[in-house]
Amino acid sequence: MSSSKTTVGAEQRAAPQADARDDYLRHSRGILSWIFTLDHKRIGVLYLVSILSAFFLGGTFAVLLRTELIGPGKTIVDPDTYNQFFTLHGAVMIFLFIIPGIPAALGNFTLPLMLGAKDVAFPRLNLLSWWLWITGALLSVASILIGAIDTGWTFYTPYSTTTAQKGVLPIVIGVFILGFSSIFTGLNFIVTVHKLRPKGMTWFRMPLFLWAIYSTAVIQVLATPVLGITVALLAAERLMGIGIFDAGLGGDPVLFQHFFWFYSHPAVYIMILPAMGVISEVIAVFSRKHIFGYRFIAMSSVAIAILSFLVWGHHMFTSMSPLANTLFSALTFSVSIPSAIKVFNWLATMYKGTIQLRTPMLYALAFIFLFTIGGLTGLFLGMLAVDVHLHDTYFVVAHFHYVMFGGTVMAFLAGLHYWWPKMTGKMYSELAGRWGFWLVFVGFQVTFFIQFIMGSRGMPRRYYDYLPEFQIYHQISSIGSYLTAVGFFVVAGCLARSLVRGVPAPANPWGANSLEWWTPSPPPHDNFAETPEADDPYDFSKWTLDPGTGGYVRS
Amino acid sequence: MTHPTAASSHVPGVGHVVPIRTLLGVLATLLVLTIATVAITLFDLGSFNIVLALTIAFVKGALVLLYFMHLRWDRPFHAIVIVSAVLFVTLFIGVALLDTLQYHPDVIPGYAPALKR
Repeated sequence: MSSSKTTVGAEQRAAPQADARDDYLRHSRGILSWIFTLDHKRIGVLYLVSILSAFFLGGTFAVLLRTELIGPGKTIVDPDTYNQFFTLHGAVMIFLFIIPGIPAALGNFTLPLMLGAKDVAFPRLNLLSWWLWITGALLSVASILIGAIDTGWTFYTPYSTTTAQKGVLPIVIGVFILGFSSIFTGLNFIVTVHKLRPKGMTWFRMPLFLWAIYSTAVIQVLATPVLGITVALLAAERLMGIGIFDAGLGGDPVLFQHFFWFYSHPAVYIMILPAMGVISEVIAVFSRKHIFGYRFIAMSSVAIAILSFLVWGHHMFTSMSPLANTLFSALTFSVSIPSAIKVFNWLATMYKGTIQLRTPMLYALAFIFLFTIGGLTGLFLGMLAVDVHLHDTYFVVAHFHYVMFGGTVMAFLAGLHYWWPKMTGKMYSELAGRWGFWLVFVGFQVTFFIQFIMGSRGMPRRYYDYLPEFQIYHQISSIGSYLTAVGFFVVAGCLARSLVRGVPAPANPWGANSLEWWTPSPPPHDNFAETPEADDPYDFSKWTLDPGTGGYVRS
Repeated sequence: MTHPTAASSHVPGVGHVVPIRTLLGVLATLLVLTIATVAITLFDLGSFNIVLALTIAFVKGALVLLYFMHLRWDRPFHAIVIVSAVLFVTLFIGVALLDTLQYHPDVIPGYAPALKR
């Protein structure tokens, strides 16, 4: 065991020379070597570029709709266009960015590396998954040109069956295809984790990011087919007039909501679970301390995956019967237990740690802060009597943006900055990274905190116009969205600049002990010269800082 | 785990093999059951028709899983995967029906604006 460690240690000290010989970025050249690659690292990068493009598109719609709301009445567009803006903002962000975000981009890159493996179990399926994403994305974007949908991202019937917009069918087919992309990624990860774990890595010695990705994959495989069925039924009703959801044809519109949320609530955990995995890695590494409560964090990921299937009804409190409401309200509160277990364990990990406030850690701290606000306001909405008042107000909008943006996007940025040196072989400017963080963080708070107040005072969501007393809230929120946008440009500029001017990254710039840091940055095509033998991923004691390279080396 | 039995064997490099005779037997049973499904529609048994039809469908599905998909000789873990999938379907249909049945009395009969096409 010790001999293999010495080998890896020697190899990573020789990282600069290894870079020049072979790394995955320069292993082969040309666009075709990228878009038909079977290398999980390149597919991860392809996914990263793709989802960031989608994020830019979705963000553009967000800024446009906030601009429309900066004053009452018409500001820049008519009401129908505004409906299309918020629908497309939601659909693009959910289906194209946040669901594939962490698993498909960061997960694809790191999962085999963390396992000390050469690739995922099914590299071709992995490539197919990316191509399906591209196909689904093109169809969704085409729907904007044909006649952008205005149903809300949830495609609720009867809007989606009676609306005049021609874009409904292409985007629904696009979502169907994107679902398969998600299933294939999940399937691949499940098999990879089961079959390709290295010597020494038992289930309870896996990095917690792998537990999170694994639990996510189980949800992806189990829940996503339901989305496929739902949109297929919707297409059947719209195309052939078969009465499934339309009461006029003997159907039931509430059934659509059951179908949709049976997928889409578990999908919320497809979005947040990998984020929690990133945070578990980052918090431990930058506290220079072993993660606290490993088994509790790991098992709470599995618990969340199971409970996620039992709470879909809380999206339908105003359309369901009293008995179902009572059941779902009680079950909803149970989800807060495993989430809280994670938060307390992260805090306990930081307790008496040597905390380093590097950029990934700043995002991780923001995650804990914002996700806690998002989670606690979820309890308001899970309570039936309160939900009746808050349903469909800006309070709900603020709540899920705290979870999805304050949670998942912050964790995505934490992970992106954390693994960036490994992915690109370049270090970014810490100063620029922190500026980006503070702008995004403050911009986010200005945009969304005010929406809790606006919502609890009765401002409904998705409205084009509003009463004069709500104007100040809308203006503050819109200004916040501009600040957030500036922040994202700073983040993008910081990372883009590192590609050109960044200093070469050492193999292990943060002193982490999971296996992806045992290989040079960027990793060679085959990941590892020989399969490493894993030990405790959170034992950082053997790594010491080498002032010469700025990286950590095994002592 | 796979064990060689009279009705099956594990061939290295190929995987688990079920004898043609067994497969044809299952196929014949499925065909007979399909005919039975059609045949029972000729008799009016009231609500019992649907019970019979679903029972036959269940048996056919089970035969496909057990023999064509080799679950009978497979690891118990894979049976757990299948059973949990069935549980999820039951959960979904069960709760959706529970909800529908409870609000059904509030629905005004015949009152539903038709699709405007």
